[in-house]
Amino acid sequence: MVEEAFKSIFDSPELQLKAQVNNLNFYYGGTAHVLKNVNLAIAENQVTALIGPSGCGKTTLLRCFNRMHDLYPGNRYEGEILLDSSINILDRQVDPIEVRMRISMVFQRPNPFPKSIYENVAYGLRVRGEQRQSVMDEKVEQALRLAALWDEVKDRLREPAYNLSGGQQQRLCIARALATDPEMILFDEPTSALDPIATASIEELMSHLKKHVTILIVTHSLQQAARLSDYTAFMFLGELVEFNKTITLFNQPLSKQTEDYISGRFG
Amino acid sequence: MTTENLPELRANIDRRKLLSAIFAIVGLLSILVGLIVILALVIQLGIRGVPRLSWQFFTSFPSSNPEEAGILSAWVGSFLVMLVTTAFAVPLGVAAGIYLEEYARKDWLSALIEINVTNLAGVPSIVYGLLALGFFSHVLNLGESILTAGLTLALLILPVVIVTTREALRAIPGSLREAAYAVGASKWQMIQDHVLPYSAGSILTGVIIGLSRAIGETAPLVTIGALTFIAFLPDSPFKAEFPFLSFEWLKAPFTVMPIQMFNWVSRPEPEFQVNAAAAGIVLIAMTLMMNGLAIYLRYRFRKGIKW
Repeated sequence: MVEEAFKSIFDSPELQLKAQVNNLNFYYGGTAHVLKNVNLAIAENQVTALIGPSGCGKTTLLRCFNRMHDLYPGNRYEGEILLDSSINILDRQVDPIEVRMRISMVFQRPNPFPKSIYENVAYGLRVRGEQRQSVMDEKVEQALRLAALWDEVKDRLREPAYNLSGGQQQRLCIARALATDPEMILFDEPTSALDPIATASIEELMSHLKKHVTILIVTHSLQQAARLSDYTAFMFLGELVEFNKTITLFNQPLSKQTEDYISGRFG
Repeated sequence: MTTENLPELRANIDRRKLLSAIFAIVGLLSILVGLIVILALVIQLGIRGVPRLSWQFFTSFPSSNPEEAGILSAWVGSFLVMLVTTAFAVPLGVAAGIYLEEYARKDWLSALIEINVTNLAGVPSIVYGLLALGFFSHVLNLGESILTAGLTLALLILPVVIVTTREALRAIPGSLREAAYAVGASKWQMIQDHVLPYSAGSILTGVIIGLSRAIGETAPLVTIGALTFIAFLPDSPFKAEFPFLSFEWLKAPFTVMPIQMFNWVSRPEPEFQVNAAAAGIVLIAMTLMMNGLAIYLRYRFRKGIKW
């Protein structure tokens, strides 16, 4: 169904779909209808950006992908998010912990644990019951290298993570998300609390990362979406207005709302 | 704004600054009233009691001769009762606090429990004594023992421990909880690895504040039948033969510091009043030491933990 609708967008034969959102509705506290019939497809090893004005539901949609809404009472999902065309991760039968082990997340503000740099990265492995020190060391180094932080912290892995700068902390959080080899990483406005230099380094990092993982990013910055992403979805008032290749969406938007938003007439 | 308005502006600022100054003075006076009264009490206690403090005072049993009387059975009793209180109040209170804050659904039932727990903290301690007399002493047949006293005081401070545990847990920001969940932690892993370690300092502080309330309690222990004159020590918890530990001391009759003090105060001879003052100093010192420990532990646990 969705594959039909989006066929023209995913024209390259190598592209695999990582996730499909089918008729997703989401209610906060059982009453506030925040996401309305959202349909979306996420291509594997590509960057998909969610843009739209404040309160349009883009972060809410992002947090459906790792069932973060389950943490708070009264929230309700309808519809499905199919991972690899097989498992509906919104299904009540599917444990949210299983989903979060496959899809990790980087938050808006850097939120390292008040532990050492090493422990921050290793935590995802620890909760899985990893005991072998050698495996842990290797994974931590690998994740920190991928997050372009290894050279800066390799001599002080035992120091508290709070000694790092804001941009380094956010890269540490990315390393933490990477350490468990997730299939997909969700980024929730990862640079909105950072200065321009730190933002640039995170953006550069993300464009490398897509070789390893599928990336879904919520961003307030249109320029960031244009620079980083391969696909972009524009949301407004809980509905997905337009979804297309980023180049197409920014240059030939089909809907008037999209055009108004990307040309800065509202938002 | 023109220059003509400046005098008026300055008068306005002066009026507002005067109000600030008045409040500062009123506040300072309020502090002084409390401080001076307490200081006077402590100094008077010190003048009367300090000369009586000696090694003999700590190592002697009570006696009808004031010069030979001491607080050995009282401080050992206080110490052992506190041990039992801690052993019961801390695990029960912390576990209840974790359940209420992290696991319980936030509905009318948990609201009702919350109100009740908070109110329990305000119930007069003698009521706990009556409950303990009926339940621990008679129904459970524990008698007038250290165990009964420890359980009674544990009940008494349980609400304090629960409430401070909940507040300590609530202070951990949601972003850290989400961070733990986002890498696939289960609820208990999140609590065990993050929430509990980060809030341990505050929880400990609450526990020690509860214990320092318990150590001064007299009424509930008198109600359950604490003796005022004890010239022997409970069984030693350590034994020479297997299994080397003994819990006979739990069943022993006891007295505690405040009861010993009360006993001496109610004697007609002035020499016993001096003993009471000396015991008062020891009790204050014990409480201060516990509070000092609370401050130190809070400092130790919070070092390097911030968000």
